[in-house]
Amino acid sequence: MIRVSIAGASGYTGGELLRLLLFHPGVEVVQVTSERLAGKFVYNAHPNLRAATKLKFSSASELAPCDVLFLCLPHGQSMARIDEFRALAPRIVDLSADFRLRDPAGYVRWYGREHPRPELLDAFVYGVPELHRDALPGAALVACAGCNATATILALRPFYRRALAGSAVVEVKAGSSEGGNASSDASHHPERSGAVRSYKPTGHRHVAEMVQELGTGSIHFSATSIEMVRGILATCHVFLDRDLSEKDVWKILREDYAAEPFVRIVKERSGIHRYPEPKLVAGTNYCDVGFERDPDSNRLVVVSAIDNLVKGAAGQAVQAFNVMHGFDETAGLEFPGLHPI
Amino acid sequence: MVECPVCGAEVDLAADAVVGELMECPDCGTELEVLEVDPPTLGEAPETEEDWGQ
Repeated sequence: MIRVSIAGASGYTGGELLRLLLFHPGVEVVQVTSERLAGKFVYNAHPNLRAATKLKFSSASELAPCDVLFLCLPHGQSMARIDEFRALAPRIVDLSADFRLRDPAGYVRWYGREHPRPELLDAFVYGVPELHRDALPGAALVACAGCNATATILALRPFYRRALAGSAVVEVKAGSSEGGNASSDASHHPERSGAVRSYKPTGHRHVAEMVQELGTGSIHFSATSIEMVRGILATCHVFLDRDLSEKDVWKILREDYAAEPFVRIVKERSGIHRYPEPKLVAGTNYCDVGFERDPDSNRLVVVSAIDNLVKGAAGQAVQAFNVMHGFDETAGLEFPGLHPI
Repeated sequence: MVECPVCGAEVDLAADAVVGELMECPDCGTELEVLEVDPPTLGEAPETEEDWGQ
């Protein structure tokens, strides 16, 4: 059994990670930390885990050595305390944004701060197995991707890596759990309920990851908060450099994703579920990808759907963990979702 | 194996398939019709048209 601990386990991402790891056949969860809830049973923060575990939260100062340490801390804490964490575990999986970018200048531009440990950025593997599977088995340090970035990159990468996309405009509809479990004026129920709110029409931080992993100069990205708790729907308008038939697009997506355990091509001609839908992947590690060609232009609309807390965070981390340790990539991630939901 | 005319998926065709038989592409869900068995050829099945009597 691999002995793992989770630093920062009282948030939504940490709770989701704990939910997955508790039922992983090759994992023993040793410690979970929360400063606010130290000494309390984890069901105080994650009521869905009542009776699933007798674990209590510890303070991070009480963390003992383990095989793998997952970091689900607020942005900025992993980079500030990385030496402390590395002394506790030979392998680190960080779910924050602190080590996602290769270029230190990206932290100044997108996060407004100098990175305190720029020499470590190249040591982290960007934790999307569909992109970096070969680098994960030997990796000691993994930085999981942002949720919006994951949905967008998986939709666009087949076209960017073949140099087929001239440009892309991406609109993401995002659920409220993207904002974490800290309340704010914006999350106050009368303000949030029923909202269709432009959250970041431009300048979203996840663009830095998209540009990095797609190898392009820019992605035109906007995010809108909608009435949904979990989920992301990314509608990606790709302006192609050359005409592609419907069969061509199918062929491209099959080449990249037919063997992927967690990417499904969803495009039906009839029925009510013709394209990816966030609620159908809620709680799962799937990224569904579909498309439609505009018959009157060079626009290809690629649509992807994920659960932001699973494929966009905790599930992706477990998937990367599985590859790192030679487990079946789907271990602990077999849940197929619910229907109806 | 026969190619789906819509998405290019390889579709299994039973050895005893007959012309006119209907099947569904496992990838894109299109309803397909066996047009020929030798060589095996699939086409999109005609959609049911309804006559509303107008």
